[in-house]
Amino acid sequence: MNKVVASAREALADIFDGAVILCGGFGCVGGMPSTLLRALSELQVKNLTLVGNAPALGLEAQKTAARTMQVPESYADGSLLLKNGQVRKLIASVPAMAIYRLQEPFPIVKALQEGQDIEIELVPQGTLAERIRAARAGIPAFYTGTGTGTLLEKDKEVRQIDGRPYLLEYALKADFALIWAYQADRYGNLIYKGTSRTFNATMAGAAAVTVAEVGGVVEPGELDPEIIVTPGMYVDRVVVRQGETG
Amino acid sequence: MSMPEGRMDEQTIAMRVAREFQDGMIVNLGGGIPSLACNFVAEGREVFFHTENGALGYGGTASLEEADWDLFNASFQPVTPLPGMSFFSHDEAFAMIRGGHIDISVLGAFEVSEKGDLANWAIGNMKDYNGDVVAWIKTGRFPPAIGGAMDLAAGAKRIIVAMTHTTRDGSPKVVKKCKYEITARKCVSLIVTDMAVIEVTSEGLVLKEVAPGLTPDDIQAVTEPKLIVADDLKEVEL
Repeated sequence: MNKVVASAREALADIFDGAVILCGGFGCVGGMPSTLLRALSELQVKNLTLVGNAPALGLEAQKTAARTMQVPESYADGSLLLKNGQVRKLIASVPAMAIYRLQEPFPIVKALQEGQDIEIELVPQGTLAERIRAARAGIPAFYTGTGTGTLLEKDKEVRQIDGRPYLLEYALKADFALIWAYQADRYGNLIYKGTSRTFNATMAGAAAVTVAEVGGVVEPGELDPEIIVTPGMYVDRVVVRQGETG
Repeated sequence: MSMPEGRMDEQTIAMRVAREFQDGMIVNLGGGIPSLACNFVAEGREVFFHTENGALGYGGTASLEEADWDLFNASFQPVTPLPGMSFFSHDEAFAMIRGGHIDISVLGAFEVSEKGDLANWAIGNMKDYNGDVVAWIKTGRFPPAIGGAMDLAAGAKRIIVAMTHTTRDGSPKVVKKCKYEITARKCVSLIVTDMAVIEVTSEGLVLKEVAPGLTPDDIQAVTEPKLIVADDLKEVEL
């Protein structure tokens, strides 16, 4: 078995119009699957639903946040898809940020102001992570205290359990997960690096097809089984990333 | 330490917050002033900082030379490693939060109500946009972002707010009722500002400490709800 494919384009060839895409990473440079997102922006697919914590803040926001750190030229995120008009819906905890003043509006703001018809679903970060984990774990829905007493209660079941209110949240089903990892073997076993693990390890295996971009591929056995974070069964395709993000 | 107009600077607010961190505690720091508190842990105490993007036990803010893309906190800042730190996935990070394993969550705020309601994720109210989040974001005016705030406010054992006492134009941020969108209700236990330290109790807001040079009347003048002055009121101690 060898899950390594030659190029990102090949790994994403079967992505279809209207697909729901889990975008790995946290929203900052470390852990963003730049190679895969750039490749997706070069495909003729549209009406995509992007799911992620902050998957489309764009390069300028990264440069502003990084201050004196040099953002790699290879950096890319879901904002490329917004720019191309490929996005129909964004499910995120941070679609844009109020704290950074950029020269141009945030990519999602710009896309809407240009007249694109994009639906936005705001989800608390932990609820988003658990909705994705639940999908991987075969749990259709769960209750959480997060969001009670807020506008998120609207249209949701509220149940009292042990004297406290909880909201019913549903698993988030997706067609593709595009994730970042540090290294893989050809079985798809993955290890990560520091805080770049973040949503990548959460999303692995949570979609019908999981594609991982990695810094390098090693022989089976070279990754210590004690430190493998994502077992290969959760990963369908592996691509070696281009550029230096990672 | 110079404190113009009786107001403490951000570093000093963070220093005061850090006094709440006891030996062995698990602490999560939000963006802005709260994120500075990692640099002021008291001598002789070991405090474990947790971040939503999947680390426990990081050190202080990293310098440019130390900065590493793979070691960031949730405020998009590079931080330093410490012996004994650990990494985990995002869902695990929030199992820790939701599961009540975080001793203290320090959050910034736009408003805190006298009942301890917190408003810290949106500068505005969805009603102003007829409940339409797309219409709001399209304006580009303080686009709302929930981030991890709701999970932390609902899940951590104790919530401390660190913020300026008033808005830039001098309006109170400690209010009777929040007008901005709520993060969680009745969750805040302590408010540390550039002017005062206020405890949220079932009887009301208790003024515990004032910044050097300020009187309880100075604080009350820029605070909407009536403050109860503590019998043992003192100057802010660092």
